[in-house]
Amino acid sequence: MNEESQRLPVVSDQDVVRVRQLVRTAAVAAKLSLVDQTKLVTAASELARNTLVYGGGGHVEVTPTRSERGKAGIRIVFSDEGPGIADLDLAFTDGYTSGGGLGLGLSGARRLVDEFDIVTAVGEGTTITVVKWCR
Amino acid sequence: MPLSPDEARRFADLLESHAEPLTARWTELVVASLRGRLSGAELHRQTTDLRRGFQSALSAGAIEVTDGAADELRAQLSELSSNRARQGFTATETAISIYALKEAVLDVIGDGDDALRLYVAFSAFVDRAALFTFDSYVRIRESLIADQAEQLLELSTPVVKLWEGVVAVPLVGTLDSARAQVVMERLLQTLVDTSSPYAIIDITGVPAVDTQVAQHILKTVVAARLMGADCIISGIRPQIAQTIVALGIEFGDIATKASLADALRYVLSRNGNKSSRS
Repeated sequence: MNEESQRLPVVSDQDVVRVRQLVRTAAVAAKLSLVDQTKLVTAASELARNTLVYGGGGHVEVTPTRSERGKAGIRIVFSDEGPGIADLDLAFTDGYTSGGGLGLGLSGARRLVDEFDIVTAVGEGTTITVVKWCR
Repeated sequence: MPLSPDEARRFADLLESHAEPLTARWTELVVASLRGRLSGAELHRQTTDLRRGFQSALSAGAIEVTDGAADELRAQLSELSSNRARQGFTATETAISIYALKEAVLDVIGDGDDALRLYVAFSAFVDRAALFTFDSYVRIRESLIADQAEQLLELSTPVVKLWEGVVAVPLVGTLDSARAQVVMERLLQTLVDTSSPYAIIDITGVPAVDTQVAQHILKTVVAARLMGADCIISGIRPQIAQTIVALGIEFGDIATKASLADALRYVLSRNGNKSSRS
């Protein structure tokens, strides 16, 4: 059921662009609609930048996937070994930022995808898994 | 195994006494590897110079490519890789020009008792020379790429005058911090130069608007407003609009339009009779 997954390091701004391109290619291949493609690419852009800026760099893994009922989708895992997030509720508050951004990246990305899972521990890093299904 | 000073001198002698056949064979090998993309005469000139470079470095007692005695040789190697990089040859094709010397030397080294030992030591010297070439090749290519990135930055951020009193910035591609800065500077300067009261920022060519892009655009709009100009954002496609809503980005009271034409019409209608008369 799993097709090939692709893994990219995220250590510079160029890598964020690369992640975006990889996600777009995968989204087109999975036949996501144009709106869903754009939403997923934007979410990936936000989360990859978070991995870079707040996580101090990490990895992104993009995997084409299928649901139990056979729907196609894309699963993306963002992982870093940075400082982790101490207060998740605060981090998901619209408009809260610890880094001078708009404070919408994390919460906005959650609204852009169908499944969103975050595992974080202070001092151990953060892993975020998102899935977008074909409609 | 590095060369001993004695071996280095013996090699210098060898390079000198067999100069002709060595250069001929070396050139032949390089010509074959480059498949005729550089003329034989030119390559012959290069290998002749390089042979002389190796010889004088070795006779001056260089046992490592990094030695002071090999300064001139290193300069030659840098020049070679710089030329090759600019002419579009691959890294392999560049390094092979140096490696081929080993094969050419093999033909002339003879089969004395310590020939093998001598050859291995010399071979290590040539390897390091080739690695040095490879390094400079990469360095040159990196600087070429950096130059191009800079040119692209310049290319992709034009500010155009669309109408009397209306300037437009058609954004194409990724809007990172560096480009956003260039865009803002250009736009503000053009506003002053043309004393335009209206600026249209067109994002038709921006593939994805995330919070960073939005923040850059918002900052540009605020800066333009401080200078007394009104900004309109155009080129918001349906999928971008839905993404912006889901992200929760608010453009507040900034006028946004679906197309550049709409934005221009909007500006002209606000200017009313004033601009239709002019």
